[in-house]
This record gives sequence, C-alpha cells and structure tokens, in this order.
Amino acid sequence: MATQQSRTLGRIAVAPSVIALFLWMIVPLAMTIWFSLLRYNLLDPNPFCSILSPGQLFDEANRCLAGTTNYYYFLTDPAFFKAMTNSLLIVGSVLLISVVGGTLFALLLDQAIIGRNIVRLMVIAPFFVMPTVAALVWQNMLMDPIIGFISWITKSLGMGAVDWFTYYPKTAVVIIVAWQWLPFATLILLTALQSFDEEQKEAAQMDGTPPLSFFWYMILPHLARPITVVVLIETIFLLNVFAEIYVTGTGGRAGNLPYLVYQYGLLANDIGGASAGGIVAVVLANIVAFFLMRMIGKNLEG
Amino acid sequence: MGTISLKNVRKVFGDHVIIPGADLDIKNGEFVVFVGPSGCGKSTLLRMIAGLEDLTSGAIAIDGKDVSQAAPSERGLAMVFQSYALYPHMSVRNNIAFGLKMAGVPKAEIDSKVAKAAATLNLTDYLDRKPRQLSGGQRQRVAIGRAIVRQPQAFLFDEPLSNLDAALRVNMRVFIMQLHKDLSATMIYVTHDQVEAMTMADRIVVLNKGVIEQVGSPLELYNNPDSLFVAGFIGSPKMNFVTGSEAAKQKAHTIGIRPEHIDIVEGKGTWNGKIALAEHLGADSFLHVDADGAGRLVVRAPGEFRGKEGGAIALKPDMSRLHRFDDMGGVIR
Repeated sequence: MATQQSRTLGRIAVAPSVIALFLWMIVPLAMTIWFSLLRYNLLDPNPFCSILSPGQLFDEANRCLAGTTNYYYFLTDPAFFKAMTNSLLIVGSVLLISVVGGTLFALLLDQAIIGRNIVRLMVIAPFFVMPTVAALVWQNMLMDPIIGFISWITKSLGMGAVDWFTYYPKTAVVIIVAWQWLPFATLILLTALQSFDEEQKEAAQMDGTPPLSFFWYMILPHLARPITVVVLIETIFLLNVFAEIYVTGTGGRAGNLPYLVYQYGLLANDIGGASAGGIVAVVLANIVAFFLMRMIGKNLEG
Repeated sequence: MGTISLKNVRKVFGDHVIIPGADLDIKNGEFVVFVGPSGCGKSTLLRMIAGLEDLTSGAIAIDGKDVSQAAPSERGLAMVFQSYALYPHMSVRNNIAFGLKMAGVPKAEIDSKVAKAAATLNLTDYLDRKPRQLSGGQRQRVAIGRAIVRQPQAFLFDEPLSNLDAALRVNMRVFIMQLHKDLSATMIYVTHDQVEAMTMADRIVVLNKGVIEQVGSPLELYNNPDSLFVAGFIGSPKMNFVTGSEAAKQKAHTIGIRPEHIDIVEGKGTWNGKIALAEHLGADSFLHVDADGAGRLVVRAPGEFRGKEGGAIALKPDMSRLHRFDDMGGVIR
C-alpha cells in the first residue's frame, strides 16, 4: 500500500466486512445494555415496557425505565457471589488440571510407544464430544451411583458408591469439563514438544542433564508460550461453561455466572435482570482477561 | 590424557551400513579433521565418539578407558554443534555455566570459570544477553565457551562454521586454531570443506561412504593420495584426471595431475590446446584448457596471465608430480 490512492482504495475494500463485524458485535451489546436499564419482565401484565416507545418509557405509572435497579438487585443477590465463586472455581480447577495433565500426557505421547497414532487419536477424542453429550455420558454411564462405571469400580474395591451430583456437584462438573479440555491442552503442548530442537536435546545430554533438570530447565521454558496460549483460550471458553451444569442438574450448587443469567432470564422471565447480569459477566470477563494478559501476556512477545 | 582410539567401530541402521568398520588412533593434543562429501558418515562417526549414537559393534576408548557403553556426559568430551544448540531462554552466562551446574560444581567456581572463558572468547560484555540477541559469530563463540569451561578430554566440532558467512568463517577458523594452540587439547573437527581440513588439521581423516580412505597430514594427502577419491577431494581446484590413451602411455587406467603442476611452455608441449575459460584471481589465474587427447584440463598460471580465451596454449606436466591410478581407483606407485 504505497500511495495515498491505494491506501484509500484498500480502506474502501475492507469497509463492508469491518462494518458487518462491528454491527455483529455492537448491536447485541447495545441491546443488552438497553434491556438492562428497563423494567422488562415477560410475566409483567403490562408488556409495553419492552416496546421501544419513548412515551411509555417515562410514564410514571408504568415505571419502565429502571435505571440501575437491575444492576443493584443482581449484584446484591446472594446467588451472584456464589455464582462468581463457582465460575472462578471451575475456570481455575480446569486450567490447573488441563495444563498439568496436558503437559504430562504430551510428554508421554511424545515417546516412541507402540500404536502411538491410535493412542494420540483416542486422547484427542473427548475434545470432539459435544458438551451436552459429554455431560450425559458422565452423568448416566460413569458417575451414576447405581449403574455408573466408577461406582462399579469403587464398589468392587469395597469402598461403596458415591452419588457425585448430590454430594460433590462442583467436583463432578469440574471433572467433566476437565475431561473435555485436557485433550486440547495435550494437543497444543504435544505439538510444541515435537518442535523441540534435537541438537539442543543432545547438547543437554553432553552437559549431563538428568531427566528432571532437563524438564525443568529445557522443556518447561520451551512450553511457556504454548501454555500461555492454552490458558488464554481455555479461560475464554471456561467462563462460558453452561451445558455441563444444565444437563447434570447441578445448577443449584455448581451454577456459575452464565447459569445465573439463565435463571434470571428463562426461569424468572426477568429480561432486564438477566441483561444486567450479562453485562456484569462481560465486565468481569474483561477484568480477568486484563489481569491474565498482564500476568502471562509477556510470554507471547518476542 | 586426551587419546581416543576406535577399534573396528561399526554402525548399521537396519540393512543400511553407515560405517562398515573404522579403526583410528588419535594422539593427545592432536587436531584431527574428518572430511568427506555429505553422507560419507563423518558426522555419524563423530556422534558415535560423543556417545550420541550407539555402536553396532566395536569399541571406543578415551584415555585408554573403554567408553563404548558410557553415557555422553561420562566420556569427558565437549561438543560444538552445527546449529550451536544454545539454550534459547538462558542468558549467555547460564548457557556457559549450565554443564558445570549440572555437574554440581560450587557456584563461586562456576562464576570464575565462566568469567575466564568469557574473557578468552571476548564475550564478557554479552554475558547477560540471550542467544537471539547475538550475531552468528558470537553464538558460535558461546557454543565454544560452553565446551571449554568443562575442561574436556577432547573437543568435538560438528561442522561448526558452515552457518557463518565467508569472511567470518576465515576468522573463526584462525580463532579455533589459536584455541587449539592455547589449550593444547585434543580436537576432532568434522567438515566437508577441504580448505578447512587442509589449513587446520594436524591429521586429516578422509571418509568415503563410511570407509576411512586415508589418514595423514595435509601434505601427505596432497602429495601422496592413496586413491582416486582422496586425490580428487584434496586440493583446490581439483586434480585433473585423464583416462584413455594418454593414461595408457603411463601404464595406468587414470592419471592425475594438479593444476599447479602443469607448466605452460612456448612452442609445442606434451598437450596442446585452446584456452576455453580463464579465471583471474589476481595472485594467479586458472585456465580451463581444451587439450587434444587429454580433454578439459585446469591449469594454474602464476601471476597475471596474458593469454586470451580462445588462444592456443601448450602444456607440459611435471612428470614427477604425476599420479597414476588403476581401474579400481587405487594408486600405482
């Protein structure tokens, strides 16, 4: 793009897609913000508040314009603090499991073992299972206290069965979600491991590096950047975990922010409150992203 | 202290024989160069000495001790890799210190050794930089620094200069020779560049398809090559080979004569022909001559040769410098 003319032409050429993407993002956001300021409940006998008519908005009798009331009720709801804690708990635990486990799996799969390609495929497979299906499989086939595979094992060992979803709902959700995201971390870290320079490995051998030191001084620094990528991408998706909680019916105790928004919107029919919750969730996600980038974003430079 | 001896060392990958059996004795303090075309097994042989490749059979002894089964770090050797293989996330200081740290050397001793090595290699100002912030020559010196702090029995160099540009390569060549003089340590150096081999080596080992063709000092190989292969590989420009009736006159299958051993004469010579091409290097000129009966010959003309391309020329080889080879490529003495 050397000349002024070609630069202008370039801008005109990309304008349609930029405008489309901008609208794609801004319209839902603007609508959510707008709804969050309204007293908008689907069970309200007076439905006019949902209609964007200025006359109704400022009508004293209807009190359509709610101001910050939705936010006030959402933030002071005892369920909000619990949901936020659950959100962070799910994100944190799954990240820990998938990064540590992913590194170990990747190290294992990087070895020359028999049937390596099949093993790799099987390890990656859970990532392709739909969250709803994964939740159902775990709920009914694995974690069920009566017919579940896990309880069969524990009972065979004489330890009795555990009713996961009743007594340890958060742990159960974390296990299911981690099962789905562990393969993702494994895949990325395995690819990174395979790019490890062979001569560097030999140089370390000449230096007489024992295996643990080799892992600590060579492998781990080499994996710093892919681990950062895994943490960033997984955080985005893990903040939005919903299907696993909804399907297993653990929302009461393991419900996170998206689940709380669902409760506001579709269980209580409170569109205004749900919108306020959505905006709060967006702000919190941005705060998390900001700190994440500050903490580990420097790994991505250079 | 730094003697290395190879006894019938073999390397086989499946059905593929890389090294069919090599015997070699390297004396303490010697600078030995393994040279040969790519794929001749010179790097494999070096890596077997280093312990990075297993022996299929045979034995390697370092300092009289059999190390055939020993781990690389137990052999007391240090290696400089072609890609330098520096640890990218460590500073130059830590790169140099890492081997000592792994060996459990006390920190104060590590610091003094690293400082000493850095001073020798002019790296003192760069100790806190990362490898990616260094130039090619500096990285090369860090790789050498990593080797010298360990005070090894012998140094192994695997084509260390092939990633450097031409000017730097000449500098580093002199630098490594100086280092050899200062440390008087045994060094094994692998290269495919016969100029490096000739200039640096005390002894050259010429390899061809995994077989040691000849071992000797640079001048021995230059003056008395044992085979057609060695004769063709050592020396630049290459030795001229003539087959057919001209060779038959000398009772050989092939005769070889180096460009610098052919004289240009007035009148009629042994071979007469036309100058096809002339390469002027300043100090001397290389003439590519289409000679009757002998084919294309390269001749070294000292100084600024005035002959024109296309001009007639008469050549007379120095018969005492003629090499004769049989049909198997062996020398006839």
